[in-house]
Amino acid sequence: MADYKNEFGVFAERPKVEKKIFDRNKVIAGLVIFLVMVTIPLWQNLGKTVAAPTPNLDTPVIQKLAEKDKKCVMPKEWMRANHMQLLVDWRDNVVRTKEQQVTTSRGRNFVASDKKQYLASLTNTCMECHSNKAQFCDQCHNYVAVAPNCWGCHLETGKKLAEAK
Amino acid sequence: MGMDRREFIRIAGLSTLLGLGGKGAFELLAPGRVEAEIIPAPRSMKAKRWALVINQKKLDDATAQKCAAACHRVHNVPDFINPPDDKLKLNPGVANRYEIKWLWTAHFHNAFPGDAPPHLAEKVEHMSFLVLCNHCANPPCVRVCPTKATFQREDGIVMMDMHRCIGCRFCMAGCPYGSRSFNWMDPRPYVKEQYPGYPTREIGVVEKCTFCDERLAQGLQPACVEASRGAMVFGDLEDEKSQVREYLRKYFTIRRKAHLGTNPQVYYIV
Repeated sequence: MADYKNEFGVFAERPKVEKKIFDRNKVIAGLVIFLVMVTIPLWQNLGKTVAAPTPNLDTPVIQKLAEKDKKCVMPKEWMRANHMQLLVDWRDNVVRTKEQQVTTSRGRNFVASDKKQYLASLTNTCMECHSNKAQFCDQCHNYVAVAPNCWGCHLETGKKLAEAK
Repeated sequence: MGMDRREFIRIAGLSTLLGLGGKGAFELLAPGRVEAEIIPAPRSMKAKRWALVINQKKLDDATAQKCAAACHRVHNVPDFINPPDDKLKLNPGVANRYEIKWLWTAHFHNAFPGDAPPHLAEKVEHMSFLVLCNHCANPPCVRVCPTKATFQREDGIVMMDMHRCIGCRFCMAGCPYGSRSFNWMDPRPYVKEQYPGYPTREIGVVEKCTFCDERLAQGLQPACVEASRGAMVFGDLEDEKSQVREYLRKYFTIRRKAHLGTNPQVYYIV
């Protein structure tokens, strides 16, 4: 058998160390408790199903609309996936865009695909129809655990600027 | 596998072309970009250089207060000094420091420090001057803003992008007119009557007059001009036929701290 070498010197053979866990029972009990604690959220929600959000379109303004006008500024499916991008684009275009080396506002009107124009505004346009923020916005946002900070400044009640005099 | 030089150049060139085309197509078809579809409203007012003339001869104290109130109402400016609810009342010292001002009144010595002769005309001495952001042509606040949250638009309006403000208050130090106010606490409970057409602000951002850019975009005069009953004139400084230019031709005007080189665009007829 070759000599065993470690940082303290050369030994005739590998020192024998007993292979055992000290306080075996306590360690295993501790590990089990630790695992249970860490996975508690999993156990708690086991078998529970969280109802998928069902955004509610039942608001007075939407009810008043004629059947053919009951549509969003963009197709429903597109809005579902991209409304945040639309809002960011609206914001950038209304507040500041860089055009021809100058910073400016491009305008405030959004032209929909059917050439109808809408005021590009969260409070004045989106929230005017969808006045039920809790059912329409918050439900999904809570479901997917996002917290947009739009409403820190933008009001929930929508009314056209001209009407608000 | 061997490849001669000609073959190599041919393949490299083709793949470069393909790559460029592919990138263009990718950008063209990228989802969610709709910015090209924003256009100005048909009635929106346009100018090369917006400017304001305040005719102090016509402006009495009551009208001045009315102008300030109209401005603060349509922009949801909080009132920390007289809060809407008694429970929200602040210690007067704190309230004064927290005060948010877009348009307010000041006496000649405060509005035009150093410009007063030793014996100022009595009428001017007691006059309330309406003061606001001067929308300087050379704005120091824009120069110092580290995030470009405040910027100068092509039409001269010194704008605030509240989404971008980090609340460092450099602009407040930079502005020689005290036109900028910081939100030391959540302003929303202190807004008397929420005006639905305009957002409020959040704690930790700086705000100021924006020459009513949202009203100009809808073809409306600024709120203060509308409330001033002819004592204020708003228009395009570059347009010879505008009322602003007409007033500047007709009357002698002064500007606040013009010697600082900020080139303020609010003119006072005294």
